[in-house]
Amino acid sequence: MKLLQLPQGDLRERLAGEGIWLRTGPFSIRVTSNLETVAEGLSELYGQFEVRNSREAFADFHVAVNPPSLLRSWFRPQVNFSFDGVEPFKPLPLSQAYPMLEWGLNWCVSVHARQYLIIHAAVVEKNGLAAILPAPPGSGKSTLTAGLVLSGWRLLSDELTLIDRKTGLIHALPRPVSLKNESIPIIRAFSDEAFINRASHDTAKGTVAHMRPPKSSVQRQHEATRPGWVIFPKWTSGAATKLAPRSKAQTFMFLAQNAFNYSHLGADGFRVGITLIEQVDCYDFTYSRLDDAVATFDRLAAAPARVNAPH
Amino acid sequence: MRHSTAWLPRLQESMPHTEMSPPSDLVSRVFRDPATIRKFSLGDWDRLVRQARHAGLLARMHDLFAAQGISSVIPNVARWHFEAAATLAEKQKIAVRWEVGQIRAALAGLELPLIVLKGAAYVMAELPAASGRLFSDIDILVPREALSEVESALMLAGWHTVGLSDYDQRYYRRWMHEIPPMQHVRRATVIDVHHAILPDTARYHPDSAELRRRAVGVPDFPGLAVLSPEDRILHSATHLFHDGELPHGLRDLSDLDLLLREEAKAPDFWSRLASRTEELQLERSLFYALRYVRHFFATPIPEHMDSALASSAPGRSQLAFMDAIFRRVLAPAHRSCEDRFTSAARMAAYVRAHWLRMPPRLLLPHLFHKAFISLYQREPNPA
Repeated sequence: MKLLQLPQGDLRERLAGEGIWLRTGPFSIRVTSNLETVAEGLSELYGQFEVRNSREAFADFHVAVNPPSLLRSWFRPQVNFSFDGVEPFKPLPLSQAYPMLEWGLNWCVSVHARQYLIIHAAVVEKNGLAAILPAPPGSGKSTLTAGLVLSGWRLLSDELTLIDRKTGLIHALPRPVSLKNESIPIIRAFSDEAFINRASHDTAKGTVAHMRPPKSSVQRQHEATRPGWVIFPKWTSGAATKLAPRSKAQTFMFLAQNAFNYSHLGADGFRVGITLIEQVDCYDFTYSRLDDAVATFDRLAAAPARVNAPH
Repeated sequence: MRHSTAWLPRLQESMPHTEMSPPSDLVSRVFRDPATIRKFSLGDWDRLVRQARHAGLLARMHDLFAAQGISSVIPNVARWHFEAAATLAEKQKIAVRWEVGQIRAALAGLELPLIVLKGAAYVMAELPAASGRLFSDIDILVPREALSEVESALMLAGWHTVGLSDYDQRYYRRWMHEIPPMQHVRRATVIDVHHAILPDTARYHPDSAELRRRAVGVPDFPGLAVLSPEDRILHSATHLFHDGELPHGLRDLSDLDLLLREEAKAPDFWSRLASRTEELQLERSLFYALRYVRHFFATPIPEHMDSALASSAPGRSQLAFMDAIFRRVLAPAHRSCEDRFTSAARMAAYVRAHWLRMPPRLLLPHLFHKAFISLYQREPNPA
């Protein structure tokens, strides 16, 4: 059953009680929360995701988002993220409850799922090949990701590139796309189809909102994909759209440094990283207009199949 | 610590004494009887993974299933949790070996006997207790008279003391058997430098020179030693029952189980252990350690050990009280293993450990400080 098929009252009741069991990509999560904003966020953004009976027996991550205690919430409304009773973060203001759930889920995956080499990068797919978009904050990575998935690219993830250590394929985790500050109005203007939830202001990252993942990306969330490109986007005001080849060695070093768990995998992390880098074309990408950026990506995806298939 | 201690007598009357370990503790049940997983429902696996993660035993359980040839029984949805934990444990083993090499190099000029303790010792000596072991620090033992040289040498190599209040610094240096933890400036690895295995203020504290004299060298690692098998076991036993906070109590007890099973392969081991325990006056610690390791892990312990330690056993009511405490604090620190007495039991274990570690004239001011002064200071807690 999809979450949107669950009556609103049931959703709230389950969320505050036994929890909502959700399947996101390769992971099952059980979320509990007694907060209205969390129920609203889930119902607006996770409608296409599979939910099961709340008595579903096994979940990878049992998480909760709730105010710390009645007394403290009275003089300073706050919210805590808990992973099965462990609170990895300091509490945040109550208004950031929903983004805290998303950040907490990213944390759960990035520190535990060592069956993947996990790179801090967005990843999208077209014509069977994935484009990995690693980039420091402020480079326009999320804006570009949102633009691409609103233009026919499949969303694999906006934060976590999961590379299967056994197959080298990239697994999808198409949870909502996090948008910050100016990218929120840019994406609203870019497409009528974009649904963006209510923004949380004054977070550590500024104003944050989440975009609902496209229905088709969620429906295909169990399809793994071959890596095709590693592209470093950089938004620069007024710049012409430009795709410039980039050194594979440098790209590898950057990916290793920006992987969440490279150092935890020992020699295997190196092997997986090298196998990946041998299969992909690497580029630096400068852009200022989202339409042009999408057009460039579309041309890349339409180019004839390349010869450097995986070995 | 924000609790008062007024509940102590009340607790003693009301704590139920019957069951040894809570029935919901699946982790120790699986270690006692690995084949029990064949009967597990998916709901049992859910609880097992969660409890084992909280107990720090996921990776060791992975190794247990592999050794028993029953890994294929793990349902597909649960398997990655065990494998991912084992991946990290394997990587940490390599990292610990490398880090110990760095420590040895940093101290090479001092020409002192360098002894590694606990987890790092199990890895260096390639003992079964190294299985699935995760590390937050490396413990070393050096002669007390060399402490300041060791600290300077480690500082030159990049380790330094971080983030402790003045009170905690003074507390360590004056009363503890170790100096404050030192963290490497680039790798963020942490070393605990000990000059003894128990504080001087503890009721019984074995002479470190005596422990060092019996230490055994690590093959292929010149200049490095580990404690003798008996001393290693006694250290593990005393550590468990003198440490105030036991977030990994069950993991530590599992270490002890593996250490005992390994050494018990030697025919005269148990008598050697008994006489060494007497020599170091650690009978009471060993009594408790054997009692709980047997209950949680069904470790085979010969009956003559029970008779040898019988005179060191506490009275019946004290023992019942200790059972009520330790069967709770040693269970996995997961809410499915807790009952309404668990937090009181943790508090009791904390107070008891401090009671054993220092005389009342030191203990009361220390607990007062911990309760009221450090309440809102988020710092590593040395005690």
